[in-house]
Formats: sequence, structure tokens, C-alpha cells
Amino acid sequence: MSFPYLSTIVLLPAVGAIIIALLGNGRPKAVRYLAAIFTLVPLVLAVALFVSFNKSSVGVIQFEEKLPWITPLNAFYHLGVDGLSLPMVILTAFLGFMVVLISWKEHLRVGQYFAWLLLLETSILGVFSSLDLLLFFVFWEIEIIPMYFLISIWGSGRKEYSAMKYVIYTLLGSAFMLAGILSLYLTTGSLDMVELSRKGLGIVPTIMPAAAMFFLLIIGFAIKLPVVPFHTWLPDAHTDAPTAGSVMLAGALIKMGGYGIIRVVSFFPQVARDYAPLLVALAVISVLYGAAITLRQTDLKRLIAYSSVSHMGFVLLGIFALSEISLTGAALQMVSHGLLTGLMFAMAGLTIHNLHERDLRKLGGLARQVPFMTVVFSIAGLGSLGLPMTSGFVAEFLVFVGSFSSTVVSGIQVYTILALIGVVLAAGYILWMIQRTFYGPPLEQYNSVKDADILERVYMIAFVALIMLVGIYPAILTDIIKLGIAPLVGLSGG
Amino acid sequence: MNLELFLPELSLAATAILVILLDLFLPRKGLLAVVSLLGIVVSGVFSLSLWGISLPFFDATGAMWGSSQTIFNNMLAVDNFAVFFKLLFLGIAALVILASTDYMGKLSRFQGEYYALVLLSALGMMLMAATTELISIYIALELTSISLYALVGFLKDTKSTEASLKYLLLGAIASAVLLYGMALIFGLTGETQLGEIARAIQVMAPSTILANPALMLGIVLLIAGFGFKIAAIPFHMWVPDVYEGAPTPITAYLSVGSKAAGFAIILRVFYSAFGLPDGLSQSWGLIFAVLAAIGMTLGNVTALPQTNIKRMLGYSSIAQAGYLMVGLAAMGVAPAAGILGRSGVLFFLVAYAVANLGAFTAIIAISNKINSDLIADYSGMSKRAPMLSLALTLCLISLIGMPPAAGFMAKFYIFRGAVHNGLLWLVIIAVLNSVISAYYYLRVAKVMWFGEPASTEKVSSSGALQIALFLASLGVLLLGIIPGFMMKLAEAAARMLRL
Repeated sequence: MSFPYLSTIVLLPAVGAIIIALLGNGRPKAVRYLAAIFTLVPLVLAVALFVSFNKSSVGVIQFEEKLPWITPLNAFYHLGVDGLSLPMVILTAFLGFMVVLISWKEHLRVGQYFAWLLLLETSILGVFSSLDLLLFFVFWEIEIIPMYFLISIWGSGRKEYSAMKYVIYTLLGSAFMLAGILSLYLTTGSLDMVELSRKGLGIVPTIMPAAAMFFLLIIGFAIKLPVVPFHTWLPDAHTDAPTAGSVMLAGALIKMGGYGIIRVVSFFPQVARDYAPLLVALAVISVLYGAAITLRQTDLKRLIAYSSVSHMGFVLLGIFALSEISLTGAALQMVSHGLLTGLMFAMAGLTIHNLHERDLRKLGGLARQVPFMTVVFSIAGLGSLGLPMTSGFVAEFLVFVGSFSSTVVSGIQVYTILALIGVVLAAGYILWMIQRTFYGPPLEQYNSVKDADILERVYMIAFVALIMLVGIYPAILTDIIKLGIAPLVGLSGG
Repeated sequence: MNLELFLPELSLAATAILVILLDLFLPRKGLLAVVSLLGIVVSGVFSLSLWGISLPFFDATGAMWGSSQTIFNNMLAVDNFAVFFKLLFLGIAALVILASTDYMGKLSRFQGEYYALVLLSALGMMLMAATTELISIYIALELTSISLYALVGFLKDTKSTEASLKYLLLGAIASAVLLYGMALIFGLTGETQLGEIARAIQVMAPSTILANPALMLGIVLLIAGFGFKIAAIPFHMWVPDVYEGAPTPITAYLSVGSKAAGFAIILRVFYSAFGLPDGLSQSWGLIFAVLAAIGMTLGNVTALPQTNIKRMLGYSSIAQAGYLMVGLAAMGVAPAAGILGRSGVLFFLVAYAVANLGAFTAIIAISNKINSDLIADYSGMSKRAPMLSLALTLCLISLIGMPPAAGFMAKFYIFRGAVHNGLLWLVIIAVLNSVISAYYYLRVAKVMWFGEPASTEKVSSSGALQIALFLASLGVLLLGIIPGFMMKLAEAAARMLRL
């Protein structure tokens, strides 16, 4: 067996977390550098995977690792990436390293903080690279505890309430998901995600209607994505989490929901087709409702949080339009949103940290005082509203083109046009937020505010560079994503 | 008769007597714990040597199906099932003794009796796992219970005495109910041996079995009597008061050992005596399913407002009994050959034992220092005792049933058996209950990690206690990450003989 790249990527942050936990809170400097190393190496390896990924073999799992894990349950330690999961792994590894830089100035219980952060990264990476449903679920659940502690200890506002709400919502989702996994497992006798998606469920006698299993699984992922009406945990958790927590949450964690939905669709292509109209409708509701609520937010972080609800609606729309282009767009939208919203939360966190103010009504005129931050924040915002040259444009364009031309759902053109209104609303709330924060007459009380320092500029530029790279040359990702999507499209016939 | 088949019990009884005798002469009472532990190890080695010793038993198709050897005229079975439970009880007793050393240091007198009683009740539990005959079941159960009545009242303060009295009175009623049930079964079948009872039932016309009032009432009364032991709703009223009043190590012992013994006996009796025909087993399977659904819901909901951690864990143990009964229900509705329900219960019991013992051990250490069982007083404990808090948090996570702890695998495994047998509705109730339980388990974690400490004084704990806690935490993690070996053992043990 060749070198276990994926295991190394997935488990290195956890190893780092253990070492840091043993070091304790006493040596913040050592802890920071360790955290940086233990997240940088996975990032480098992830990029190496990207480079050596075979870009011509359709639907093939690469860098596969398979070891027996729990033989009585027929469960395997089975890792691997295809064109769908590889971009997510890279995104997570990138964000994992970025949040260490973003958190460089954290002073409270530094050891514990970075230990939780690294453990969080391991669990998300594990979700994206597991090919065994039980292993997938284990990684899926492990994420809850670090996030709970990150929000409760290092958060702000009603942090303990938000943390508990996050836990209960997620557990509720995973409770249904567990029931779904169990029934799927007993129907097919297999926990192997590759096998499940290859066979589909058409031929196997089922112990219960496939639609019931489909929805048990979908509910879990829909809560995470989130889909209206399961979204209410998100604004609370995002708003009250520490900056790094928000970045991971918005950037990588909620993508687990979208990723999971795509996988479930590949298990149940027929059911997905049958219920696509319902889910497309939910997607449009998420887009519009999310956008409408975003418009009236006055808290900087809460605004960005609600915008995620709207943007994840595009993902859901792209998935259940079930065409190759729309699914590619949905996957790209997840990566793009991870970068854009990750950057937005990082910028919002920095603004709040430097200004000690998060209420939009009390901000203004910062463009003169913090020009660098203004530029970067604006780029993130413009990307988020889908300006060409940024990743946001390509992703949303693909989603809309794909959905509009989809033949699976009748009348989807109407839904697509309705969802397009979401883009218009996005332009409204994003521009409004940037205008209220950075433009207008400069306020005296912010005269002494610092602009971004070197370290902060480094990570901002890294984010912006990636956003532009995907925006200008999207094929770098779409060529890979298509490899993962193609077999699914073959199954669902979209 | 082969005496070596009875050596685990004999050696443990001898140890108990030795401990009482040594108590007269030994000035250093700490040695009594050492002697008890040695006795447990010896008994454990004897038990281990009996694993798989019994003759293999083949079914009609020639597949190996189980093995059993009986002693005392078919009164005690020495099969893998019994050995599995014997080792579990010995392990539980060992951890309880390790966790007791700190606690017992406070008492000047009766330390010998304490350890001896712990050993004797362990002996009773071991017999419960092995008995295959109604009268010896009753005797084993009483041996366990009477030792525990005394242990619960060991502190001799008001609460402890009240708890003991309550436990004794309600326990006596439960025993009476159980005896009545046994009498009915005996009256109907004329047999006390479980295998003979099964044969007597099977010669009855299938249509008359379910319509037979004596049999039905007998089964219901047996469920009630055993339900008291496992803290199943509605026979759970004693739990919170007794858990709160008893010395904490004994609370741990009750919540784990006594419960496991109850499940062992239920598995044995209902599988061996009432497992066939399918119509009969489905009817009691349904009773367990309903008790499970009500038990976990009520246990979890009542645990929510508790302020005393021992009471909270008391209610949580009612809920855990509910999850375990999902396995019993699966065993009932399954065709007789299915072992998923039984092995699920066995694995869950092990996972539950390590997690709950770990939690109680940490509570003993903390409460010893702060002299309080109130959750509010655990505020900021992570700063005063980081390792204890970490271990307690891990055990609580396991009790919620979240990975990477043992509790998750246990739930996955036991629920698999239930879904397999068409009990998806029950599993959905159970997983939703896990969500409710997260709230109160995590509340303890929240207080410990986010609260402000009342003082900066460190909470120290003895070496024995740390060993117990380390073993329990290790068990929680190992069973959570690589549960395969224990599942295999549970499956081997679940293939007990139809006598």
C-alpha cells in the first residue's frame, strides 16, 4: 500500500491537538507555532493530492485506503476522495490553516483553544474523506464537541445558549440520520458509500420505503446546510462563535450538509428525482427568506450569517435540479462560499476586534481609517453578491444555467428566476453593509483604529488570491468536480 | 460433578469470608481492599479459564450454535454467556473497590464488612448470570439484594438509612411479586428448570398459549420483579432516592452491577423459558418495547431539572435501562435464531458499565473534596481538577451516545438489532431521546468548563481512584474506537444454549 496521504491529512490535526492539549495553556507561543505546523502540513499534502489527482478517470475513487475496522458490523476504515470530495478536503485544509493565522492573537486559554480548533479540522476532513457510512457518521458527530466548547468559551454574546442550541439541533439531525443509516445498512447490508452509490437502491428489497430512508438522511443534512425551516441555529451559532469558529462553521462545517445531500442523492437517484420539486421549492424559499431576513440585520456578523442561509439555498437548488451543470455549480458554490464567507467572517471578526463595535448603525466612514481592510472586505462582499472575476459569479452562474435548463423538474425555470431575485437582494444587503461600514463621513472615535497588520494581510491576500483564481479560471475546480458528478448524473438521468 | 466449573464462585466466597476474618487482625484496613482485589483477580482467572470450555452444541444444520455445561443437576449453566457476565461483574466490583478506598478512609469501622458485602453481592450477581432454575434464581437475586440493602445504608446518616429502608421495602415487594410470578409458572408447568418450562410450554397447543391467563400473568409478574432490578419504568420509584442516599461507590455499583445482573437474568429466563413459540416471544417483546419507550422518555425528561448529580444519574440510569430494553424487545420480536438483540444488550451493558463507573468515580473524587453532590458546586471544576473533569466529560459524552465514546457504538449496535427486527419506530424514539439527554449531560460539562471556580484549591485524588478512572476512560475510548473485539465476544456469549 502506498503512503496513506489521506489518513495523514485527516489525522495530523488531531495529533497536533493532543500534543497541544498536553502542553497546556502555559506556552502560548509554542502552541501557536505547533498549530500552524499541524495545519500547514495537511494543506500542503492536500495540494499535493490535487496536483497528482488523475484528472481523466471519471467517477473513480483515488488515494483509497481500506482497512477492516469493526468486522462484526462489516464496517471499514475506508478513506478516499473523488472529484466531489477533493475540493472540499482542500477547502477545509486551507481554512484550517487560515483559522490558525486568524486566531494568532487569541489570549484566553490558548492551549485548549487550538486543541479544539485542530480537532474540529480533523473531524471535518474526516467527513469529506470517509467512504464508510459509520466512519462518516463518527466524524460527523465528533465535530459537535469542539464546536460546543469553541462557542461557549471563546464566543461572545449569548454564547452558552447558542452553543447548546447548536448541539441540540445538530444532534437532532444526526438522530434522524442515524436511523436512516441503520435502515439503509440493514436494507443493503453494506456501509460502503461507493458501493451504495454504484448500485443505487433499485434492485435491493427494502425493509421500508426508500423515500422514508431518503428523508431520514436528508433531514440530518438539511439541518446542517441549513435549509429553511431548520436554519434557526445558524445565526445564533455564527454570531456568537469566535471569529475562527465562525470561519470554520460557515466555511467548512455547513458544507458537510451539502456534501452529504449529494451523496444521499447518489444512493437514491430515483427518490431524489421524485421529490426534487419539493426540495427545489424549499431551496427557493431558503434563498428568498434568507435574503429577506438578511436585509434587516444590524449586527455585522449576524448579517453575514443570514446571508449564508440564502447562499446555501443556491446549493440546494443546484443539487436538486439534478443536471450535470447545476450539480457542478452547487459543488463549486460550496467551495466558493467557503472562501468568500470565510473571508467575510474573518474580516468582520477583525473589524469587531479592532473597533470593539459590531452594530452597523454605529459604524461608518472606515474607508479612510482602515483602507486595506476596506478593500478586502469589499472584494469579499462583491464576490458574495456574484460579481464576475470572483468565484461567486462562476458558481452561481453555473447553478442558474444548470437549473434553468434542467429537465428533471417541470417548471424549474420559474423557480430559477425566483431564486435569481436572491442575487438581487444579495446585492442589496452586501452593498448596504459595506456602505454603512466603510463609507460615509469618517467618525472621530475610530481615528486611532489600526489597519490590518502584516499577518492579517497575508491571510487576506491568500483568500483573495484563491477567490480570484477560481473566478478567472474555474476549470481548475470544475474539471475535477465533473469527475465526481458524472456517475451521479448518469444514475439520476438529469 | 466437576468442581472446577464452580471455582469462580467458590474462590470469591472464600475471599469474602477471608476479608471478614482478616478484618479482626489487620490493623491497616487498606490491605482489605488489596485482598478483595486479589480475590477478584483469582476468580476472574478461573472464570476466564471456563470461556468456551463447555461442549460445543450443534444445531440441525451442523452449524455451531452455542455451548453449555451445567452443574448441580442443571441448576447452573457454565456457558459463555455466564462467563461473560461473571467477568463483567468482577470487573465492576474491582472498579467499585478501587473507587471506594478514598471513601472508606472516612469510616473507622466496618471496612471489612464493606468489602465483604461488595464481594458477596458480586457473587450473587455471578450466580444470577448462571442460574437456569427458578428457585436458585430467587436465591441468587436475594443474595445480591440483601448485600446491597446493607451497603446502601452503610453511612448510617439519615439519608443513607432512609435510602436503605426504601430500597429494602420496595425490594421486598418486588421479590414477592417475582415469587408470585414464579409460583404461577411453576403451577402451570410443574417445572422450575427453565429448559423444562420451555418444553412444557411448547407441548401446549399454540393457540392456547397466548390465551392462558396463568402464563401471561406469570410473565408479567416476572417482568415486574426483574424490572425492579433494572430500574425499568414503572418499577423505578426507588431509584433517585436510593441513588442519592447511598454511599457514592455503592450508587455506582447499583447503577451498573445490579442492573447488569437484572438484564442477565432477564435474557436467560426469557430466552430459555419463553423464547418459543414466536407468538409468545413477540408478545413479551412488545411489552419490553413499550416499557423501553416510556422508560427512556420519562427518565430523560425527569433528569432534565435535577440539581443533584447523583439524582440526575439516577434518572439517566432509568433512561439507559430503556435503551437496553430496546435490545430485549429486539430479542423478543426476532425469530429465535437471531442473536442481534442479545449481543446488543451484552455490548451495551459493557459500554454502559465503563462509562457510568467512570462518571461515578470522578464524582466520588470531586464530591469527597467539596462535600456536595450539587451540580452547581461543580462550577469551574476544570480549573481545579482538569484530568477529573476531562474524564467525567468523556464519560458523559459516552452516556449521551456520541462518538468517539463507547456509548455511540453501543447504541449503534443495539439499535441495529432493533431496526433489523422491524422496530424502527422504537429506534427513532430512542435516538430522539439521546438528543434530550445531551442537554442534561452537557449541562454538567458546561458548569465544569465554563463556570467560575468557588475556590482555587486543587482537587486531589488517591492513586487507587485514579487507576479506576483511568481504566474506565480507557475502556470508554477503546470500546468507542475499536469495538470489534468486544462485539465478537458479545456475539460469542449471546449464543447461549437453549436448555
